[in-house]
Amino acid sequence: MQKIAVIDYGMGNLRSVVKALEHVADDKHEVILTSTPEHIFEADRVVFPGQGAAGDCMRAIDEYGLRDTILEAAKSRPFLGICMGMQVLIEHSEENQGTECLGFLPGQVRYFGDKHCDSQGNRLKVPHMGWNQLKQTRQHPMWQGIEDGARFYFVHSYYLQTEDASLTVGACEYGFEFSAAIARDNVFALQCHPEKSADAGLQLLSNFVNWDGQP
Amino acid sequence: MSLAKRIIPCLDVDNGRVVKGVQFVEIRDAGDPVEIARRYNLEGADEITFLDITASSDNRDTMVHVVEDVASEVFIPLTVGGGIREISDIRRMLNAGADKVSINTAAVFNPEFVKQAADKFGSQCIVVAVDAKKVSQPGEPYRWEIFTHGGRKPTGIDVIEWVRKMDEYGAGEILLTSMDRDGTKIGFDNDLTRQVSEAVRVPVIASGGVGDLQHLADGVLLGRADAVLAASIFHFAEYSIGEAKAFMKSHGIEVRD
Repeated sequence: MQKIAVIDYGMGNLRSVVKALEHVADDKHEVILTSTPEHIFEADRVVFPGQGAAGDCMRAIDEYGLRDTILEAAKSRPFLGICMGMQVLIEHSEENQGTECLGFLPGQVRYFGDKHCDSQGNRLKVPHMGWNQLKQTRQHPMWQGIEDGARFYFVHSYYLQTEDASLTVGACEYGFEFSAAIARDNVFALQCHPEKSADAGLQLLSNFVNWDGQP
Repeated sequence: MSLAKRIIPCLDVDNGRVVKGVQFVEIRDAGDPVEIARRYNLEGADEITFLDITASSDNRDTMVHVVEDVASEVFIPLTVGGGIREISDIRRMLNAGADKVSINTAAVFNPEFVKQAADKFGSQCIVVAVDAKKVSQPGEPYRWEIFTHGGRKPTGIDVIEWVRKMDEYGAGEILLTSMDRDGTKIGFDNDLTRQVSEAVRVPVIASGGVGDLQHLADGVLLGRADAVLAASIFHFAEYSIGEAKAFMKSHGIEVRD
């Protein structure tokens, strides 16, 4: 039996992540929602979701005593960051007057801004909420069976900016192009919610369940 | 290519059963919210909204089970409204698998509730539902007021001021219903929608009055809505969601295929 641990640190609705993973996993996989380091280390693969504000997320990670566990898991097995789970892997976020994050990957998380516009000057709503296209900028096993440009469900007011171009495997356009999926070694992380993105999202989760962690 | 405009079917649920009769061919149980949600998902709905109209609070648990069942097999965003009055109501619905809750009356009587809810769960899951009615006289500049109790009770609150306040208090989205148009099938109040959409930073869902596909397109083109919500035109299979999307696309609106 292979174990997939979904890290529970009290941030938001993790039920749908678990349900979607259970939906795509076969009977050789067990999905567990856990905040216990031992259970996370026992798992063959780890999902790190998250919702809400960066400041709250970082506080919750430390209150649950999970900082080292998350960093260790991200170094050692197939690891999937979703939404805020992707943002806090980065060095720093502008949210909550500036929040120091886990610093596992290089980059900054920035606010779209109250006057966010598209290239024609039309005002864009913040949060960026709804179905947008995910452009596959680099090949990756996690894209298998997913059409380049398939729509995924996004909801976020902050976006990732990274100086390290080799990190980005997927991009999304909202006023400008931002890094919407990143990958390094055994880590894959994305801004959108695969658990809410219908068939494309389920395919991505299914790919994760079968991913060997090689880029 | 960019963000798609969303089409959201809305289901009224009374004690676990869909009311206002959904009429599909090939549907075994027209009152079963799970079966209808599954159907809308297959047709390409971008989200589904459930409005719990159960009168008795004793039967509220029924809605929790409905959400649990739908969320185990429909993997698109789910919103639940109706009877959301306390932080514990929100937690229950999110734990059941809802992605967003919509707060209506409770926000009017206690605006701080929206702030508390957004602080606790994040703005992304807090929708503020606004029931608006035009109160300006012919010839005057348009003015709309918030009404409660299904459009019967005026509150004296100006809609534009209210939505700005709700945006500031942490609403992640505004679900705007024109009580003048609700049930009329003559189209959204696009003046209202446009003024609200321009007044706030967050996305606006237009609701109330849809009778045909042109109305949906007008909600986006004239009303500048980010999403359009409709009930009866989809329930009675007058139009499928696929047809609605094809129509909007042919009018230059970006949709999820």
